Amino acid sequence: MKHKKDGKGGFITTTFNSMLGWGRKFSLFQYPFITACCGMEYMSVACAHYDLDRFGMGWTRFTPRQADMLLVVGTITHKEAPVLKTVYDQMTEPKWVVAFGACAVSGGIYDNYAVVQGIDRIIPVDVYIPGCPPRPETIINALIKLQEKIQKEGHEWRFQKRKS
Amino acid sequence: MAISKEKVLEDLKQKFSDNILEITAQFGDDIICIKKEALLDIVNFLREEPYAFTMLLDLTCVDYMGEEERFEMVYHLFSLSNKLRLRFKTRLSEDDCKIDSLTPIFKNANWLEREAYDMFGVHFEGHPYLRRLFMYDGFEGHPLRKDYPLHKHQPKIPLRK
Amino acid sequence: MKYRIQQEAREGTMLLNMGPSHPAMHGTTRIMLELDGEKVVNCELEMGYLHRGFEKICESKTYFNMLIYTDRMNYVSPLINNTGYVMALEKMLGIEVPERSQYIRVILNEFSRVCDHLTALAAMCMECGAFTVFLYMMKAREYIWDLMEQTTGARMTTSFIRVGGVRSDFPADWKETTQIAIDETRKVLKDCHGLMSKNKIFLNRTRDVAVVTPELAINYGWTGPCLRSTGVNYDVRKAFPYLVYDQLDFEIPLGERGDNFDRYMVRMQEMEQSLRMVEQCMAKIPKPSSPYSSDGRGLDPAEAISASRTKKPGQGIRLSPNLEGTEKGKYPGILAGKKYIVPPKEDTYTNIEGLINHFKFFMRGHGIRPPKGEVYFSVEGGSGELGFYIISNGTDKPYRLHLRAPCFHIVAALEELVRGHFVADIIPTFGSMNMIGGELDR
Repeated sequence: MKHKKDGKGGFITTTFNSMLGWGRKFSLFQYPFITACCGMEYMSVACAHYDLDRFGMGWTRFTPRQADMLLVVGTITHKEAPVLKTVYDQMTEPKWVVAFGACAVSGGIYDNYAVVQGIDRIIPVDVYIPGCPPRPETIINALIKLQEKIQKEGHEWRFQKRKS
Repeated sequence: MAISKEKVLEDLKQKFSDNILEITAQFGDDIICIKKEALLDIVNFLREEPYAFTMLLDLTCVDYMGEEERFEMVYHLFSLSNKLRLRFKTRLSEDDCKIDSLTPIFKNANWLEREAYDMFGVHFEGHPYLRRLFMYDGFEGHPLRKDYPLHKHQPKIPLRK
Repeated sequence: MKYRIQQEAREGTMLLNMGPSHPAMHGTTRIMLELDGEKVVNCELEMGYLHRGFEKICESKTYFNMLIYTDRMNYVSPLINNTGYVMALEKMLGIEVPERSQYIRVILNEFSRVCDHLTALAAMCMECGAFTVFLYMMKAREYIWDLMEQTTGARMTTSFIRVGGVRSDFPADWKETTQIAIDETRKVLKDCHGLMSKNKIFLNRTRDVAVVTPELAINYGWTGPCLRSTGVNYDVRKAFPYLVYDQLDFEIPLGERGDNFDRYMVRMQEMEQSLRMVEQCMAKIPKPSSPYSSDGRGLDPAEAISASRTKKPGQGIRLSPNLEGTEKGKYPGILAGKKYIVPPKEDTYTNIEGLINHFKFFMRGHGIRPPKGEVYFSVEGGSGELGFYIISNGTDKPYRLHLRAPCFHIVAALEELVRGHFVADIIPTFGSMNMIGGELDR
């Protein structure tokens, strides 16, 4: 929601807002859109050794309608691009996108006719994770950054009166 | 009983003397250049005992741009019982970019030929379903040809920015 | 253009799309199914969702730069890809690799194979519902990756095997790490055998499903564990021995029926054999030519450069993690020749000959330049015969490079295998084939 600039009636809203953010950041349902090499690191980080469940992200949903966080893991080619766009469009708000690995961030080492040069050419991205592939620690760091971002941002909540 | 490589080459030379252009060896691999009309006959001949080249290891194409016969098809055949590998090469010109399909003999030729069609635009006569394998419908040109630019993107959906 | 399955569709059947964004399709394959109830009447596979233009981009890179792309072909076992590519080049250049690096290559290759099989089986078992096995196998892989990281500096994409040998020697305490990796993997394999091999649910889903006869497998060009599961004894390591495989004692596990369960079982047994091979290599590996020192003494690279301006530095350079290259002291044992290897950093930073060598190696038009000609070389990859077909025109870039991807030929058979089975049978069948997107689509 939009914060009121004059600061009136702020207390309850902001507290509620931060509570909503707290709730949302620890219950991220992820949709791993795995295409390539980074998927192996994703498997490592999601498994028991590094354990994403500690951060409330253990719940993998393979349908976009139940997920809040889209992890784009790996190279996106021009052939795959419409699929990614469809998946993103099917996700319900609020939703966050993580570009996982150099290929998703910028096309990486594949600078040629087949590869989309970064998924931000297709969908908006919240967090970029560099690395080819990124190490599990990098991934965890990035996801904590995403949690901070979710905590800070204003949330739409259902009691909000829609203008217009 | 295993048959030696020399014997196979000798038999090939005798049987297909008109259709074999050259037999050479390079880095220990044997290369047999053939006429493209004889491809099916030679492969069928080698499939039988005692040669038993029953496996198509690989099929690919090379683009020699600027030469008269532009494309070169490369076939790797493998004999499991004799543990022999042979490489067959044949040239195609750009105007008549057609060659017989190996799909009736080897089942994996189906995809391999679709790949060659996709990447080079070589047509395979007798192929049941010649369709692009890696690229999508609406993609113009054949990316592995030397005259296709490396950075020429053909996006399927409009890109942002 | 209509798909074949649409053209051939019968009346009263249902067309169903599966993938490419489907957990069991590993992200990059799309299967179009024609269903009669639960039965698959017809099916068509569409691929190319991960076509990254490997072969095209290789034509614009030098032989040395291209190594990193081979890592990302079969990304579960990158070291085998490196080996295949590098050995194809060595065959062209006629380089004989020192014995110690041959052993290092074999050890890393076999561990990569274990990784590959672990990942394939973990995914297959998970898709059949055995999540515990997935977690266990991923844990074993972590121990192996510890060794990889210690040795190569990266967990997956290592680019470690270089023309003429390997990038660096094993670290000082590699034997302990290796032993831990072997022991932990053995433990996991034992657990997984207990969980899966006699599991009724797993057996029902995999036994006699998608049976392949030896003739069909050969006709499709199958190699590797999938071919051996049908009972055909063909392994590149035995048929065309490379490296030191002819000096090692190992068996080739064979299946009998060629169904999904056999493919699972052959992989399980192959991992045992791979671990055995690693143990033999650990015992047989020759001693390094110079003792390894990792105490961190020596100059920083920057200090060494300034020291070289006034006098010759007496000590070696401490390697910074950002600097590529091996220490000079380790050269004779693991790298062959001087022409085709990255010059040691000590020389590059401190004397003019070394600097010239460095430029000669990395300058456009110089570096590794194989003679004119073409070569095919294959190694036993994770899922079969991994062949590199390279055409050189005498310059520092390949004229054409083609990869014979093993899983390309294996996945080509899927359409035929699942016809007549249930939808649920597709998942273990596809899992047992070990489809790797990077290799399939290149």
